[in-house]
Amino acid sequence: MKQLLLVVALITVGFSYSQNCSYTLLGEVKDFHDGEPIVQASIFIKTENRYITSDAEGKFKIENLCAKELLLVISHIACDTKTIRITIKGDTYKVIRLEHHVEELNEVSITGSSSRKETVTAQETTISEKTLKKYSALNLGDALKEVSGVSSINTGNTIVKPMINGMHSSRLLIVNNGVRQQDQEWGIEHAPNIDINSAGQISVIKGSGALAYGGDAIGGVIVINPSRIVLADSLYGNTILSGQTNGRAFSISSNLNKTYRNGWFVKGQGTYKQNGDFKAPDYYLTNTGSATKAFSVNTGYNTFESGFEVFYSYLNNEIGILRASHIGNIGDLVNAINSQEPLVTEDFSSTINSPKQDVTHHLAKLRYYKRFQSFGKVSVQYDYQNNQRFEFDVRVGDDRNKPALDLTLQTHTLTTDVILDSETDYKFKFGLMGRFQDNFANPETGVRRLIPDYNRYDFGTYLTVDWYVNETTSIDAGVRYDFNRIDAKKFYRTSRWEERGYDEDFGDIIIEDLGTQLLTNPIFDYHNISASTGIKFKLNTQNTFLFNYSLSRRPPNPSELFSDGLHHSAARIELGELRLKQELSNRVGLTYIYNNSDFNATVEGFYNRINDFIYLEPFGIEQTIRGAFPVWNYKQSNAELFGIDVSLNYNATDNLVLANKSAFIRGNDLSDNRPLIDMPAFNTINSVNFFKPEWNDLSITLKSEWVLEQTQFPDNNFEVFIASTNTTELVDISTPPPAYHLLHFYSDMSFDISRKMILNIALSVNNIFNTTYRAYLNRLRYFSDDLGRNVMLQLQLNY
Amino acid sequence: MKTYKTLSILAALAISFSSCSDDDNPDVVNEEEVITTVRFELSPITTGSSVVIQSQDLDGADGPDAPIITTMGTILASTQYTGSVQFLNEIDSPAEDVTLEVLEEADEHQVFYALTGSSGSTITYNDLDGNGNPIGVDFSFNSGVAGTDNTVIVTLRHEPSKDAEGVNEGLIANAGGETDIEVVFNFTVEN
Repeated sequence: MKQLLLVVALITVGFSYSQNCSYTLLGEVKDFHDGEPIVQASIFIKTENRYITSDAEGKFKIENLCAKELLLVISHIACDTKTIRITIKGDTYKVIRLEHHVEELNEVSITGSSSRKETVTAQETTISEKTLKKYSALNLGDALKEVSGVSSINTGNTIVKPMINGMHSSRLLIVNNGVRQQDQEWGIEHAPNIDINSAGQISVIKGSGALAYGGDAIGGVIVINPSRIVLADSLYGNTILSGQTNGRAFSISSNLNKTYRNGWFVKGQGTYKQNGDFKAPDYYLTNTGSATKAFSVNTGYNTFESGFEVFYSYLNNEIGILRASHIGNIGDLVNAINSQEPLVTEDFSSTINSPKQDVTHHLAKLRYYKRFQSFGKVSVQYDYQNNQRFEFDVRVGDDRNKPALDLTLQTHTLTTDVILDSETDYKFKFGLMGRFQDNFANPETGVRRLIPDYNRYDFGTYLTVDWYVNETTSIDAGVRYDFNRIDAKKFYRTSRWEERGYDEDFGDIIIEDLGTQLLTNPIFDYHNISASTGIKFKLNTQNTFLFNYSLSRRPPNPSELFSDGLHHSAARIELGELRLKQELSNRVGLTYIYNNSDFNATVEGFYNRINDFIYLEPFGIEQTIRGAFPVWNYKQSNAELFGIDVSLNYNATDNLVLANKSAFIRGNDLSDNRPLIDMPAFNTINSVNFFKPEWNDLSITLKSEWVLEQTQFPDNNFEVFIASTNTTELVDISTPPPAYHLLHFYSDMSFDISRKMILNIALSVNNIFNTTYRAYLNRLRYFSDDLGRNVMLQLQLNY
Repeated sequence: MKTYKTLSILAALAISFSSCSDDDNPDVVNEEEVITTVRFELSPITTGSSVVIQSQDLDGADGPDAPIITTMGTILASTQYTGSVQFLNEIDSPAEDVTLEVLEEADEHQVFYALTGSSGSTITYNDLDGNGNPIGVDFSFNSGVAGTDNTVIVTLRHEPSKDAEGVNEGLIANAGGETDIEVVFNFTVEN
């Protein structure tokens, strides 16, 4: 009976609609910048599942439409794909403006797809410029968490290192404007030296599928591209001002672009940010102020045939480290863990004292490309990076203002890439890379070098192919070879040299014996082969499957080989290992994408098996004149990581979107049969977004962030005699903090100030209920709670 | 043809690039603010002889060798001593007296002594910083009765809260700050 009623109801509905199906939609597709008609744009009528194209005047016509909503997806080579909803109430005329970009013109795109994906079959997610602008006052690592499966490992709230599927630091590769970032990324307390305001789009690629950039990205690749250059006579820019209550933070960022129709362009961008002490719900986090100064300039000439680019960027970060986290020995650490509050809390201050970091990064780049007829495109690039890192400890006497760490890393890279795309079904790409790196550890610090002086030589070559088999299937494959040589000059304490057993295995690398210290010259060569292949299968307009396999090798980094000293905030002695070999990763990824007009889902599963996985592990306790210290040394083991990342979007009504992002991951040490340390716990983010374009683009989002307690962790706790209390205590450094749930709010509106000027005002509140929590992946969690409520106001002016 | 010529030039450039190096050896770093040695010195006010208990850790706080503890002299029961503690950096030659630096920044440092054992020995501070708080470099030592199971834990704290409860009397519990030195000396009090 029920079914019958339903059928009757459906027929009635269907009948009532069919009565008014005589309307016509007349459309015109135009260039956003100069209003020129866009010919041959593809218009996909999603609600009817059919395609049409725009004619020679950029026009199109859809007839016999019913009075209901129409969903159109308009795309064109070299344009952003645009999805629009049109409610048909009668005959309708609509102008659709697409943005044309010169960079796509440089490559003859065969797919017609316009989102700038770096790979065909890898698990890749792009973050748009609009989303990035929300993070103008924050860090790169904060913005990347927009991607399901991406988290971060933090030291406080300013040092935010991105983490992809549980991997970070040297296992991620960051490509900033075509340059592989070289900023001592081996350090877990070394955040990427990138101003998020310089990014126009970010692609996050899980796994090592993007071989053109390197073969050692066991965790993933982050590709940061500047905003695109329009091929038109235009002057445009934007300015973002923001203020935050927490930390009394202030930030301003501005960019200005001048482009010419003939291909010339000039761009400039600058950012200044600063904040004082942040606040947890119950107290100020003393000495957590920071300041960022950044700018970049870019000029060049771009046409289809040839072009060049000159780019320079500067960034300086001064970051205060929570005062209470600077401790002297294990007794101090026990005090910190047992104390509910940090041992040093003072009133608000915006002064940055020791301990602190002061890091400056310069990047200069020259690039030239030329296209050869019926061959493809050849580009050559030289880039230079200079990374200067000072770390200031709490010191006494004459050394008070002297850095405890002073490293200068200079990198020169020359790359050539060739893209062969004259065949329509295949795209070949190959390239060569030569790199020279010089690390200098200044002895003036009066502290033994944590990382020695070294020279590093890299050479790489790769070949990739994208094969568009047919409408539904694409295949990609690639192989890469890298050679790395590291040539270091390192001083060892004779006692440590012997304790490590190096006197037996490495006796021949000693070049000078100074009695208590030895000067050694370790030279290591690594040969790495990496490969990647995958298939993308588009079952129909709604269902797409991706499969990808990648093999990658990563040589040990300088810290893993050479670390040698006391790590203050961890109260442990960390030791490198000269005997380390490369890591070898085999990763498979399977992705399912579902897409219809109201519901989008992406489910990404992966399994990553890593042989000779390098990690730090407690090894023993050494007695010193400062008390007892645990010793952690690098070792290798076989490991596996697997997980699922889910991202869902549901258009509940015309004005309401429900979204979910969840990530589950497990990491196991297979040799020792126990969980891996520092794996993100299951987390799920649910949001409700209400938007009303008619009300000045009003958008309101309420977001719930729920992070479970990590129950899978290795037990590295140990017992130690605490002299100050005359007792033996268990030092619980392993147990993760409990689960937490935070609620966030975001709203924004846009106003047309003039014909060419738009003002966007955004108001957001993070941690609305001022919830007290500690995050497992914040390395300062032993010392203080995480951030309390933060209200942020942001003004964005586009002109 | 021109294409391949361009390519081979670029390839050659890339390869020739990685062939420069410098052969200068880096300068050795002799650590500046390391304390290798703690000397706990007692001189009797009336009768008896001086006592020195010393902890020496020549490979510093991050070297693998444990400190070597030596005792010279005998502590006599029921005896009043004037005591002092000395911090040295013996990596430098001649050895640097780090105690001077501690005294220079007296308001940011304090030495704590925790005594246990059947002798019931006691220590009282004998010095003051600019704010009228104890430093702990000079002290009086009262040996108490004879016994073999005594220990004194000597702790040097940087930036302690000298105003916190009990810190003035030498109790470390509320002191905070960071530990620069922490050594445990065993001693015997003889008749």
